[in-house]
This record gives sequence, C-alpha cells and structure tokens, in this order.
Amino acid sequence: MTPEEIADILKDKFGDRVTEVNLRGAHPHVVVAADAWHDVAETLKTDERLSFNVLRCLTSVDMPDDNEVLAAYDLYACDGTPDSAELWTKRHEFCVKVKMPRDNPHVPSVADLWPTADWHEREAYDMMGIIVDGHPDYVDGPDGRHPRRILCPDDWEGYPLRKDYVFPMSYHGIPGVTEYEQTRPMH
Amino acid sequence: MSWIENRFEEGLIVTSLDWAINWGRRSSIWPMTFGLACCAIEMMATGAGRYDFDRFGAGAFRASPRQADLMIVAGTVTFKMASRVKRLYNQMPEPKFVMAMGACTIGGGPYYKHGYHVVKGVDLIVPVDVYVPGCPPRPETLLEGLMRIQDLIRNSTIAKNRPGTKRETQVVSA
Repeated sequence: MTPEEIADILKDKFGDRVTEVNLRGAHPHVVVAADAWHDVAETLKTDERLSFNVLRCLTSVDMPDDNEVLAAYDLYACDGTPDSAELWTKRHEFCVKVKMPRDNPHVPSVADLWPTADWHEREAYDMMGIIVDGHPDYVDGPDGRHPRRILCPDDWEGYPLRKDYVFPMSYHGIPGVTEYEQTRPMH
Repeated sequence: MSWIENRFEEGLIVTSLDWAINWGRRSSIWPMTFGLACCAIEMMATGAGRYDFDRFGAGAFRASPRQADLMIVAGTVTFKMASRVKRLYNQMPEPKFVMAMGACTIGGGPYYKHGYHVVKGVDLIVPVDVYVPGCPPRPETLLEGLMRIQDLIRNSTIAKNRPGTKRETQVVSA
C-alpha cells in the first residue's frame, strides 16, 4: 500500500480529525488531532488492509515558535509469524504525528495496542513533558496522573529536552552546573 | 583508619611492622567492580591478559563493597547514581581508597558544559585519592594509578601523629 492509499483510508474514516496530510518528502506523514488519536490507532492496527502491528519509534519534538509539542509515531506493517518463512517481510510503513498545545500536552496512550509504547511514552513524558493519559505505569503527581519517569530520577523537576529548559543548580545538595554558572546551553 | 592504627604509644618504633602490614595491603588491593560507562571497558581490558591487574595482586574484583579496598569509579556518574555511589562508598570498610578513572569522574568530562544530569566530578560525592585522566585512560595509565595507590599505602604508617597517617590526593600525569 502506498502512503497515499493509507492517507485516503484514514481521511475517509475520520474526516476532519485528520488535520494535515503531508506525503511529500522522505517522511510521509499525517497529522491527527490528539483526542482522536486512540481511535485512529485502533483503525491502523485492526483494519486488514493496514494492519500496522509494529510501533517502530515514538519521537517527541518541541516547537516553541508554534507553541506546540509534537509526538511522531512511526508504524510498520510486518508480514508473517515468528515461525514463518516470510518473517518480517515489510509490507508498508507510515508515520502519524499528533500535535498538542505546549502548556497542556495530553495524548491518549496506545500501550494497549502496541506494548512497546509503554516505555516510549514514559520517555516522552520524562524528556518533553507530554502527559500520556491512560498509561499503564502511572504515578499521581501534583498536576494529575502522569507516566512514571524512565530516565531521570522520580523527583526531577522539569523536562530536559525542551528548548527553554533551565539546568538545575543543584540536586539534593550536589552542585549541578559548571563553575561559570551557566544554566542554559549556549550554542 | 582501621583498628590497628593509632593504638601504640607515641615514640614506639613500628618500622618493621609497618613494612609488613603495608606490603600485605598494597600487594592485595581488591577493587570493587564499579564500571558505570565506557571506562569500564578499559578497566576490563586492564584486568584481562595483556595488561594484567592480577600481577599487582589486584585481580580479585569483588562485587560486594564490604569485601573491597579500592573503588575505581569508572564512568560517568549521574545524579540518579550519585546517592548509590555514596552509599556504596560508606559500605566499604577502612582502609579504603577511591580512584577517579576517566575524564567524567574528574570534572564532568565531555558533559562538562551541557550535561544536565551529570555530576561534574565524582569528588563532589566521595573523597578521591588518585585521579586518572583520559577518555578513556589507557590500561597503562590505569596501572600507573594503581601503582600510585600502592605508593600511598607504602608511605602510610600505623604509628600516632606522624606524617604519613594522613593521605594526600595525587594526580597521575597521562
């Protein structure tokens, strides 16, 4: 299936929840509204023509100019079972991006569809602050329920990969910045 | 330091006893396996056949801090790991030594400027005796660091109030 056909199937089914379609370039993708993402994901997984059974990658992007945060899901459709001869014959691949407002980024979890999303969503929360609703490994924080941090310690403040992140001056008494008292990376 | 130091009255000559105890201690420094990152590979290479740790008596890497003399901090220390490093250092019995191996443990290394989660030098957490620079240090440098620790032990004494009972930090020139 070509990316055009996949995008057509999604647009027929979801209409205006699919906000943008960008099939040119090296990374053909479709932008979906955040609250419809779980339904779109179910269609992508269960529809026989699409049947994306592998979530290859979950990337989060910070776009401070548009005041948005984006989560890009790279999906892969593989053929065959682990014992068959056509193991992992790739059928098609696609990418779906979900854009969210930067101050309140919420996206539904797809860990029930693709189990690998469990850790990837934890990393998206840890590094970019994308709050994933309905995550199986959640923790109650001061702002509500969020996935448990995966890389930084549980009491870390802030989301390190945001563009406006301020480096901590100290953590539990250990001084954190260099002697030049630099708090942000200067490029 | 340990139970035998500072026990005898001042003025008691302890040279031969000193020599024997120090020879025993420096010929059997048992390091703790504390490889955190890439420097661990060089530490393993130093412990392997070509550059041997065992010919210095230091080949018995103990996994438990309770049985180790030397903590070679090999690799980047992050904030998450810092409390564990301190805890393991506290669990080591005296006399204990710490070798900061590699640039990351000396002053943050390549993550000095932009590492938000890296402790800029393990001496912010535990007291270090020997710094071994390099990224990663070659096995010969690590062995030089081990020999400096042996010199530290050689020059220490169990008598009271004499120079040599306090340990000073040393830096290996790479």
